[in-house]
Amino acid sequence: MPPKPYLLPDLQRLARRQFLGRASLGLGTAALATLLNPAGLAAANPPPTGSGQPGLPGLPHFAPTAKHVIFLHQSGAPSQIDLFDPKPVVAQRHGEEMPASVRGDQRLTTMTSDQASKPLTASPFEFSRHGAAGIEVSELLPYTAGVADELCVVRSMTTEAINHDPAMTLFQTGFQLPGRPSMGSWTSYGLGSANENLPTYVVSVSGGAAGDQPLFDRLWSAGFLPTRHQGVRLRSGRDPVLYLSNPAGVGQPARRAMLDGLAAMNRLQYEVAGDPEIKTRIAQFELAYRMQASVPELVDLSKEPEHIFDLYGGDARRPGSYAANCLQARRLVERGVRFVQVFHRGWDHHTRINQRLRAKCLETDQASAALVRDLKQRDLLKDTLVVWAGEFGRTVFCQGQLAGENWGRDHHPRCFSIWLAGGGVRPGMTYGQTDDFSYNVTMGATHVHDLQATILHCLGIDHTQLTYRHEGRDHRLTDVAGEVVRAILA
Amino acid sequence: MVRAIASVARCPTLAWSLSSAVARVAVALFPGLFLLASAQAESQRPEHWAYQVPLRPGLPELRDLDWERNSVDAFCYARMRHHSLTPNPAADRTTFIRRVTLGLTGLPPTLAEIDAYLADPDPAASERLVERLLASPRFGERMATPWLDLARYADSHGYHMDAHREMSAWRDWVIDALNDNLPFDQFTVDQLAGDLLPNATPAQVIASGFNRNNMVNFENGALAEEYLVEYAVDRTVTTSTVWMGQTMQCARCHDHKHDPFTQRDFYQLLAFFNQVPEKGIDGDQGNASPFVPAPSLQQRQRREELVQQLARCDELLAQRATDCDADLAAWEQTLARQRAAIQPPADMLLHLPLDEVVDGTTVDQVSGDRLVVSGPTYLAKTKFGRGLLFGGETIVESAADSERDASVAQSLSFKVAQPFSAAAWVYPTTNDRMTVLAKQSAAPMLRGYCVELHEGQVHFGVTNDQTKSRIQVRTNGTVAKYQWHHVTVTYDGSSRASGVRIYLNGERQELATLDDDLQGSITTTQPLRIGGGMSDAPFRGGIDEVRIYSRVLTATEVGLLAGGDPVSDIVAIKRSQRSQRQHLALRTYFLQHHDARFQALGRKRDAAARALMALEAAIPTSMVMRETDSTRPTFILSNGQYDSPAELVAPAAPAVLPPLATDVPRNRLGLARWLVDPRHPLTARVAVNRIWQLHFGTGLVSTPEDFGTRGAPPTHPQLLDWLATELIRTGWDTKQIHRLIVTSATYRQASRPTAAEGARDPNNRWLARGPRGRLAAEVIRDQALAASGLLVEQLGGPSVFPYQPAGLWKELSYDANEFTAQVYQPDHGSKLYRRSLYTFWKRSVPSPALATLGAPNRETCVVRRSPTNTPLEALVLMNETAFFEAARKLAERILETGGKTDERRLDWAFRTTAGRTPTPDERVVLQQTLDRQRAIFRASPESSLQLLSIGESPARSAETPSELAAWTMVANLLFCLDETITTH
Repeated sequence: MPPKPYLLPDLQRLARRQFLGRASLGLGTAALATLLNPAGLAAANPPPTGSGQPGLPGLPHFAPTAKHVIFLHQSGAPSQIDLFDPKPVVAQRHGEEMPASVRGDQRLTTMTSDQASKPLTASPFEFSRHGAAGIEVSELLPYTAGVADELCVVRSMTTEAINHDPAMTLFQTGFQLPGRPSMGSWTSYGLGSANENLPTYVVSVSGGAAGDQPLFDRLWSAGFLPTRHQGVRLRSGRDPVLYLSNPAGVGQPARRAMLDGLAAMNRLQYEVAGDPEIKTRIAQFELAYRMQASVPELVDLSKEPEHIFDLYGGDARRPGSYAANCLQARRLVERGVRFVQVFHRGWDHHTRINQRLRAKCLETDQASAALVRDLKQRDLLKDTLVVWAGEFGRTVFCQGQLAGENWGRDHHPRCFSIWLAGGGVRPGMTYGQTDDFSYNVTMGATHVHDLQATILHCLGIDHTQLTYRHEGRDHRLTDVAGEVVRAILA
Repeated sequence: MVRAIASVARCPTLAWSLSSAVARVAVALFPGLFLLASAQAESQRPEHWAYQVPLRPGLPELRDLDWERNSVDAFCYARMRHHSLTPNPAADRTTFIRRVTLGLTGLPPTLAEIDAYLADPDPAASERLVERLLASPRFGERMATPWLDLARYADSHGYHMDAHREMSAWRDWVIDALNDNLPFDQFTVDQLAGDLLPNATPAQVIASGFNRNNMVNFENGALAEEYLVEYAVDRTVTTSTVWMGQTMQCARCHDHKHDPFTQRDFYQLLAFFNQVPEKGIDGDQGNASPFVPAPSLQQRQRREELVQQLARCDELLAQRATDCDADLAAWEQTLARQRAAIQPPADMLLHLPLDEVVDGTTVDQVSGDRLVVSGPTYLAKTKFGRGLLFGGETIVESAADSERDASVAQSLSFKVAQPFSAAAWVYPTTNDRMTVLAKQSAAPMLRGYCVELHEGQVHFGVTNDQTKSRIQVRTNGTVAKYQWHHVTVTYDGSSRASGVRIYLNGERQELATLDDDLQGSITTTQPLRIGGGMSDAPFRGGIDEVRIYSRVLTATEVGLLAGGDPVSDIVAIKRSQRSQRQHLALRTYFLQHHDARFQALGRKRDAAARALMALEAAIPTSMVMRETDSTRPTFILSNGQYDSPAELVAPAAPAVLPPLATDVPRNRLGLARWLVDPRHPLTARVAVNRIWQLHFGTGLVSTPEDFGTRGAPPTHPQLLDWLATELIRTGWDTKQIHRLIVTSATYRQASRPTAAEGARDPNNRWLARGPRGRLAAEVIRDQALAASGLLVEQLGGPSVFPYQPAGLWKELSYDANEFTAQVYQPDHGSKLYRRSLYTFWKRSVPSPALATLGAPNRETCVVRRSPTNTPLEALVLMNETAFFEAARKLAERILETGGKTDERRLDWAFRTTAGRTPTPDERVVLQQTLDRQRAIFRASPESSLQLLSIGESPARSAETPSELAAWTMVANLLFCLDETITTH
């Protein structure tokens, strides 16, 4: 028997009235709500523009070159010397003690500071030049090498943090200690959402075998910004967004009937109390209801065509894998999400780096490159800045005994390599240099704050002007530093 | 009645320049105040209002004595009149009881309480209501929550691995102190310096844990010096925020840009907090030192019982040992006929004869489990059947603990306080370092135990962390290659090298101690490995007859294991010719293995010892403050960098504030006393402002974390100072401040604005209406639990693990085998229904339901939560298991006690959640909702049953499942209602 309609037409109208017009609400995460109506989006490939929650007045500060950012954060710190920063001198002097002059007064972690011998350790992997620009890439990353002409490899990244927690926190929030808003939250705060029905900032996590470096909610936290700017985690499984599904036994009709009654009751309360928060709340419940249909559709990759899975690799069929999250990142950007943060865990190779780094590359290389190709073929790469980075680099000397296969590499903050693609960054270039030992930056030093300034710049934001008053001080993502790396901009 | 407003009240700026003038009078009134202030300081005296001593203002002249209920109202009335506003009428009694009950206890009033209050004709009914609420133990729980936000209290360390820490004893101290109305000055002193008080009680020491709630790091490789600075900075900043409302962190790297604090001020203040004997990198084993045991009363009693029981057993055992001679002699007589009775001790946990390998496995005789043998498998004939040969690649491995039968696994995963012994025959073929057996975690920690040969010497390690915390001993004697030797090691659970023995071929060896600094756990879930461990030193040679015991073997027993027969050897000696040692050895052997009375007593003793060990392990500790033995120097740090010390500084108060009195010590205790000196300009103001914020949603200073020049000026400066001086005058009686506020006419006003009010004062800064706002996350959940009847009102105790979606911790955490709090295991039963402040708080992944509703992650001190209103919240309220289960149980209550008709039941349900009777329109909506739900669930009985199984509590109702399901959806609606989650 179908549910009875309301007896009082005016109450029903009361209940519905709120949902029809476009509510002018503080959506932000609200937004998540919608990931809506992808059918419509598929027809119109270009990301929706025009509507949505506005950002701050005066933003963007200038014409952006990127509307979206996809940050592929390789947590644990991939080894630059084995992937992007080949060092023939190290190969020649393999096994010799690292010259003391190279290290200087650089502090080491307590994992190797007491290690008596610090022998130079050559990468066992072959490097070759790729693409028109001849970018040097290790044999471990054949797919990445295949999109070399889209990449801007920065070999001169540098940070102060020598441990994972502060280094990750610095990368995502501009400060080594907790409490600051993350990059995606700043973006959401400054620019608003590109589409009122979409979240501005979505986070996914893959990897996570026992022993992989942990992650923390703070890496996508809004810090002291309003909580609606917080990253929304998309997870694999029954509830892609927490508490999305109705409890077992509660079907769509029962939920609808409950929400109709709820809206009517809240509306009656609004007439008495006059608090605009009530109107917001009515709309938020409706958004939640719409999300219950739209989010599962968003994360359902099964309707992607075969050639897409060929591109990203079979792993993309496995929910929660890095490849699936890369493919999902593309879908999110297509739907107008501004900041997609993909974390992949397990790059912390203190031991057996040969074997483990190879495995990690096998797990990620194809999908990272596929994302770039896929965005390119959809003409989204010009508007989307893709960043691939760890939180620091690894030492040229080995950790443990050089003999055998058990050695690894310790944390190294002074230099590491990342790549960027699309979104107004110059394609097909290598930027910056390190010394013969991939130990110190010799040219183009790019601090994490500089990278953050550059990412914001691509989004049309002057990083010194996007500030928030908290505890009497105007805070910004780049703290008190950061310079845009103009040399890598197209 | 309405008269001219005093000019002081008219203009805040003027008011403060005036009171700046009166502040100079204060110097005259309190000559001790600026005791050490020089003439120079005099000339620099700040003009900013917050740095001047609050003086008790007289009541404004403009009054409405008919409306006012207490002095608070006099100040509020003057301000609203100044803004051409008039007070709203009083809220109705139903609204008032709900507002004040939620406000003071964080729980809704019950229907009985509402009815009693409505029926109470006494003009003082409201005052009596308030007294009841202030006296309720729920008051302390309610008031603790914002204090836990300030104190950045959590159940995990916060950084990196974010493992478990235990601070619930501190949290319970806070609740008790609030319930007991501990005066705020004592509340302050105990928490900042309880450990330094003369004759400090255990509770005061635990209270000092306030400043141990900061995050702690033990990331492998991190530098202690760096984090020692961060901890001291956190304490400095948090203390400044909580007690002084100052943004002191701005002065870490340079002089404060806006407020009169220099970088020197910052480090002089930091010097008070820089004296904790802590390690910098700590917390991987639970609490970071220093900490103290914090047993509950029951635990203290039980421990006493067990200790006595143990002593009694020991007494009886000793007695039996002295009076067993006749039985011993008799047994000796029979011995000749019973040679076979003398066997190696058989109470082992594991025995690997290594006689055979089948399908790559070999059997453990005790459990029957088969252990995996990997690598080449060669067996050789030995003295005891056959033994296994190891060529560097062969290894025997038990299953990982998680896969093994729990009882066996636990017994091999010894706790640090647990005695154990291990024995094996070995046939070394090299002098290299070779592992005989090991149960240890991965390098570099190598936690666990390990027996190795190196240069022919036997090494035995009992390890917490190889790099810093272990026992390592070796024999002076050596074993020869290409011979079988019997090796036994024993450990007595003492964490000392003196508690370790090594026997070679039955002979106790002299030992050299290499390391003797074991602290913390030695337990690992890694498998036991024979012939290799985690340190890359495989065995080369033969191994046979591996045995492990969960006790210390006696020398006699070891002799038996080593293939000798020391018992018969002694018996063969004439009694009169035996040495004392031989006599004792024989008697011990007899008692332990052949005397039923002794054995029975022994079992009793073992049971008591095990119970005591379990109890000791279960006694929580609590992290506390302590001072280092010698003063640690504090330097100004250039740019705030830990490795850039500049000038040496001594502890001192910031120059802009009055100096420490001459008669207080220059330590945390002196600092705490300075903060609660009645002449301190900030402490009382900051404290009463937070209480105001708690009841009105916004403080009189709307930036409670910042009373500096960039903070908001007070809307009611005189009221703020009146309350501050009132707090001091009443002996820092915080309940009195709550009482003044909630019994005021200002608080009692209806919250609905008139159109004019709404336009003129949208944020209710001038208080011409009552407070309105969304309830705090914890209150929303607690209210649902209370309304459903599920709430378990138990005060304090360890934190609990209510429902949480599976996998949330695991997806982000490191490894449950290595650290605590890596995988969430929900509780069952009553622990699911405790008040939300008892929810286990893991900072890196806090409770998703509470976090979504706006609870902070507790990484840093939070004074104000930011308001939230998102669809994610809507999803929590609709679908989260606890909320839905609460709806289900509320439905049962509705049907059972809400009356017989739909109308009565709907009224009852609505009153239970929103506090009031529904309007006719609301009744219609609710009735229609109910009817629609009935139709849906009657058509689908299966859905009804599914729905009724959400949550652990069983469904109990005389009604049909579909009826219960329909009412559950109505209750679900009521818990989502704006009015339910709002105080107004």
